[in-house]
Amino acid sequence: MSLLTYDFMIRALLGALFTGLAAPAVGTYLVQRRLALMGDGIGHIAVTGVALGLLTGTSPTVTAVIVAVIGAVVMEAIRTSGRTSGDVALALLFYGGIAGGVLITGLAGQSAATLNTYLFGSITTISTSDVWVTAVLALVVVVLAVGLSPQLFTVSQDQEFARVAGLNVRFYNLLVSVLAAVTVTVAMRTVGLLLVSALMVVPVATSQQVTRGFRATLFAAMALGTLASLGGVSVSAFVDAQPGATIVLLALALFVAAYPVGVWLRRRERLAAPFTEQGDPFPLADEHTEVPETHAHEHGEACGHPAVPHGDHVDYVHDGHRHAVHGGHYDEH
Amino acid sequence: MNDPVVTVSDGAVELGGRPVLRGIDLAVRRGEVVAVLGANGSGKSTLVRTVLGLVPTSRGEVRLFGTPLEDFHDWHRVGFVPQRVGAASGVPATVREVVASGRLSRRRPFVPSKRGDREAVEAAIDAVGLREKARDGVATLSGGQQQRVLIARALAGAPDLLVLDEPTAGVDVHSQQAFADALATLVARGATIVLVAHELGPLGPLVDRAVVMRDGRVAYDGPPIDAFTDADPPHGHDHHHVERDLHTGDPLPVASPLDRAREERP
Repeated sequence: MSLLTYDFMIRALLGALFTGLAAPAVGTYLVQRRLALMGDGIGHIAVTGVALGLLTGTSPTVTAVIVAVIGAVVMEAIRTSGRTSGDVALALLFYGGIAGGVLITGLAGQSAATLNTYLFGSITTISTSDVWVTAVLALVVVVLAVGLSPQLFTVSQDQEFARVAGLNVRFYNLLVSVLAAVTVTVAMRTVGLLLVSALMVVPVATSQQVTRGFRATLFAAMALGTLASLGGVSVSAFVDAQPGATIVLLALALFVAAYPVGVWLRRRERLAAPFTEQGDPFPLADEHTEVPETHAHEHGEACGHPAVPHGDHVDYVHDGHRHAVHGGHYDEH
Repeated sequence: MNDPVVTVSDGAVELGGRPVLRGIDLAVRRGEVVAVLGANGSGKSTLVRTVLGLVPTSRGEVRLFGTPLEDFHDWHRVGFVPQRVGAASGVPATVREVVASGRLSRRRPFVPSKRGDREAVEAAIDAVGLREKARDGVATLSGGQQQRVLIARALAGAPDLLVLDEPTAGVDVHSQQAFADALATLVARGATIVLVAHELGPLGPLVDRAVVMRDGRVAYDGPPIDAFTDADPPHGHDHHHVERDLHTGDPLPVASPLDRAREERP
């Protein structure tokens, strides 16, 4: 017996494959900017888009893409305007989105059950044309997220440096927002709008446990996202569970499994770090009184004395004193 | 091509309606190593950020390599080491990956890095002495090593003009010396360097011109006096001479010899 004998199962697995690849690809850049919850926000706004589609009788996917992209652009504008109330403005946008969606769905005479298929996904009911739309959008997202990864990495990591490198920072920021919006709507049918953010962020958090580099994190997250999506759909077919929730729980299970490995790796890295003599081989008297211009040894990264940032310089705690480099000798601070 | 590398004429900058820079006239010639000194809030950081177009001018003109800033596109000729505490972000990145982003000004989107790019990255990593750390995550490095990563990133682009904003702040002596050596290599290649600093330390011997900022104006522009390069007064030095604020007891920042001459602070 095989899952693949059912057409709806093949469509579901294809949808899961594309979602699993695309969501963590964009999610990596969101996590890098510490905007992990942005996908969640866009998901909330897209609810209004779905409802508009139901109201006007057009494809909810199309209206969701449009509204999500508009929402993402507005969020990016709020973020870059640098207002202190930015997070409050974002919250207004989120809840406005979901309340508007529920209201408009009611106006359209649709039941909550219809909206539920978008909120929590209904991957087993997607049509062939849905699979195509998902495939094309996911392909665009993956090609841009991977192909432009040097540029997007630099812009997300250090905006000022990116500007001086001649990169169009505003364009790349907008691109990430739009890609996130497109991904949310791609994942809408698979895991649902309320859970899409999990598929964008959790695989990234998981791969971070074991990776040191950005590209390694990006590709590992895409692999983990695909594994969770395909696994979740397969498991849910056997135990008759909600595919969307199964996918997210599976992604979380992978994180729980990877976390102890990450703890162990970080511990090993700390122990392997160069760690020089703990005891101070030089008696205190030698350092200050006799040769004021040459300290018995040079304080530095590896001297073993705790370093304390102090204004514009670093002090080293030395036998209960704080030594600061000053020209060719050390001062007490 | 006798144009100065950096020209600021009658430059002024306002941030939030408050004048931060006023009446700045500055020309940096090719091959010069200029140190911008001054107290906190004197505008020294704003000055270099203005030169790079990160802060808009409210009047006056900035030119890079003879081209007005708004028409300037040869960003691969400019390297920038921003002022920052760390080089880490939300996702891990290796030293090599961060340094490689210094080549972006010379690369096109969607085109994989070429051999020359990779060689420049490796050379820059070597120049700051982080060869054996190249595959490590930036977040696992010490503050001084992270600063060296940022310097290597700027060096990787082989810039004609290198601008550094407090590159040695909070960096221990070992890293400062490694950094001074890396800069000396660049100077030998004929690069122009503008750096913001609190104290010059090991960089002293490299600097051939000092610009001291005070209250948004250039207070001194000329050869570095000995006092600039060595923060120690020659005689009568004791180890407890930290100047302290009369009211708070906090140590006062000694930013330039001009400050030292002043008895009171506003």
